[in-house]
Amino acid sequence: MRQQFSRLIILLAGTASALATAAAVPDTLEQRIKACTACHAPKERHDAFFPRIAGKPAGYLYNQLLNFRDGRRQYPMMTYMVEHLPDAYLHEIAEYFSQQHPTPPPAQASAAGAATLARGRQLVLQGDASQKIPACIGCHGQQLAGVAPAIPGLLGLPRDYINAQFGAWKNGVRRAHAPDCMALIAQRLSDADVGAISSWLGTQVADAGARPAAGIALPLPLHCGSVPGSTAQVAP
Amino acid sequence: MKKWLIATGVLAVLAGAGAKVLLWPADDLGPPAAASSLGREQLIARGAYLAKAGDCMACHTTRGGVQYAGGRALQTPFGTIVSPNITPDRDTGIGSWTAADFWRALHNGKSKDGRLLYPAFPYPNYTKVRREDSDALHAYFQSLPPHRQANAPHALRFPYNQQVALAAWRALYFRPAVYQNDGAQSVEWNRGAYLVQGLGHCSACHSSRTTLGGSEEGLSGGLIPVLGWYAPSLTSNAEAGLGDWDTAQIVELLHTGVSPRATVFGPMAEVVRQSLQHLERADVQAMAVYLKSLPDTAPPARPAPRDTSETATRQLARGARLYETHCASCHQADGKGVPPGYPPLAGNRALLTVSPVNAIRIVLNGGFAPGTAGNPRPYGMPPFGPVLDDSEVAAVVSHLRASWGNDAPAVSALEVNKYRSVPLE
Repeated sequence: MRQQFSRLIILLAGTASALATAAAVPDTLEQRIKACTACHAPKERHDAFFPRIAGKPAGYLYNQLLNFRDGRRQYPMMTYMVEHLPDAYLHEIAEYFSQQHPTPPPAQASAAGAATLARGRQLVLQGDASQKIPACIGCHGQQLAGVAPAIPGLLGLPRDYINAQFGAWKNGVRRAHAPDCMALIAQRLSDADVGAISSWLGTQVADAGARPAAGIALPLPLHCGSVPGSTAQVAP
Repeated sequence: MKKWLIATGVLAVLAGAGAKVLLWPADDLGPPAAASSLGREQLIARGAYLAKAGDCMACHTTRGGVQYAGGRALQTPFGTIVSPNITPDRDTGIGSWTAADFWRALHNGKSKDGRLLYPAFPYPNYTKVRREDSDALHAYFQSLPPHRQANAPHALRFPYNQQVALAAWRALYFRPAVYQNDGAQSVEWNRGAYLVQGLGHCSACHSSRTTLGGSEEGLSGGLIPVLGWYAPSLTSNAEAGLGDWDTAQIVELLHTGVSPRATVFGPMAEVVRQSLQHLERADVQAMAVYLKSLPDTAPPARPAPRDTSETATRQLARGARLYETHCASCHQADGKGVPPGYPPLAGNRALLTVSPVNAIRIVLNGGFAPGTAGNPRPYGMPPFGPVLDDSEVAAVVSHLRASWGNDAPAVSALEVNKYRSVPLE
């Protein structure tokens, strides 16, 4: 009986493996870019190394892929992944991720005090004219969900990731097409203000239905080389 | 006494002269320059094509930098060498170089001012290039927009930073000579040999180097210093020798980066993307014909006795389980893969080389095949470095090396760990 049972198991295992072999690998973009989704997973890891890229505007994502490929952003694994990929393919990949809208991640608990969070909220929603710091929503949209085609949303990003990006802008390690508006803003922000912004952003949860805005109230506060036509949209 | 002094002096002068002749031999002039039959536009186009064949851009352009403006730092075991600006800027580039100056660099490994060049510029290969091709390359580089960018100095350790050390190296390893056709071989074979040995500079990676950095030209494989990839032997059918490959498949691999039997990765992915995919099919075909003809010089493989200890068996069983979980959905349970998207692992020689570095690095880092005209949307492999620990990677790689007829020894967690810290770019 036992022998028969093990024969059955072997038979079933054999069938399963034959089926596995027969199952063709699907010719889909999802299948081709498993190298991307292994880290930028639909079920997000929510730590500093794997930021949420789903649902960000395609133009922004495409610019970042080029930035990694051409050395304007520094993360060796990303550079290694994209350095041999042609523009058209990177475009397609960016487009794919821009259309994904998984459930927004939960709020991050913050140990920052009420005063810090209030300062962060103020900088995000109003900016600080005395320091020439524009409000984040001035470019990133009233809902902070970004603006098509090239301005990213800011909610759902881990606090550590936001801190790391400001650090990289301050050090000149992260760059964008000139004029690099975020580098300029980063220079004007104190470390305490960076911490306040990232802490407050971390406590906010995106609306599940939020999408990048189609356009933004003009004028933009600064020239941004990554935003097509920004020069014409900036206040004189 | 005085006589003795004079004799010593004379001897010293003679020895010096002898050393000069030995270490600073006169330039090999090569054939005299002949007027090209090509018009200027055609000559430039020819040069642009040859610059692709030589992959000049790989070294003479930084990531995201101006094309051919140099500045890329090449790490070598002897220190850092910075590639120069070869745009036609008169002050910082090669704008003042004549075709003869350019030929001197390519053929004799000397700069316009007579300085000996470092063989990181692969002139032991480029010396084989014919004068008319050198002239076409010169015309092409002179046609580029000049870009003003001063060359950064090399940072080489003593004594490698001395010209006399370079002179000695050249006396040992460098003989200027243009490629000579082998009359016993076909036109196609000779074209392939010319490209492989010359501009293609395949031996710069696919040969072992002496401790002094001399390359033994034989395409017998070698570990690429600092980069930490193994460039397999092209003359051993146990490695990347192509004797038993179908010529069409060799062409496919070199031209598109993928083939039914293998996929290119690591530094070879860069070569395919930047150089080989841009060549005419006939030229890639010629290279394939030449490479396929190289005799198998490797000694017949001695079957390694399989380690049958309990530890080894347990490692393989663990590797098999991990393979089921992480690898089989793409590379299939039978290791046959789904080429060209997912290369077969059964019989894949990239996994079986004595040095397991390539297999380890691919499992750790994954990556995409190069995007080429023939394969514009390559499939990618996830990096498993963040998911698997050293002993798990070792188990998987050992399993790959010992399954489906593969028969190569196991690897250890220690070997895996060495390659976690190798720079990715």
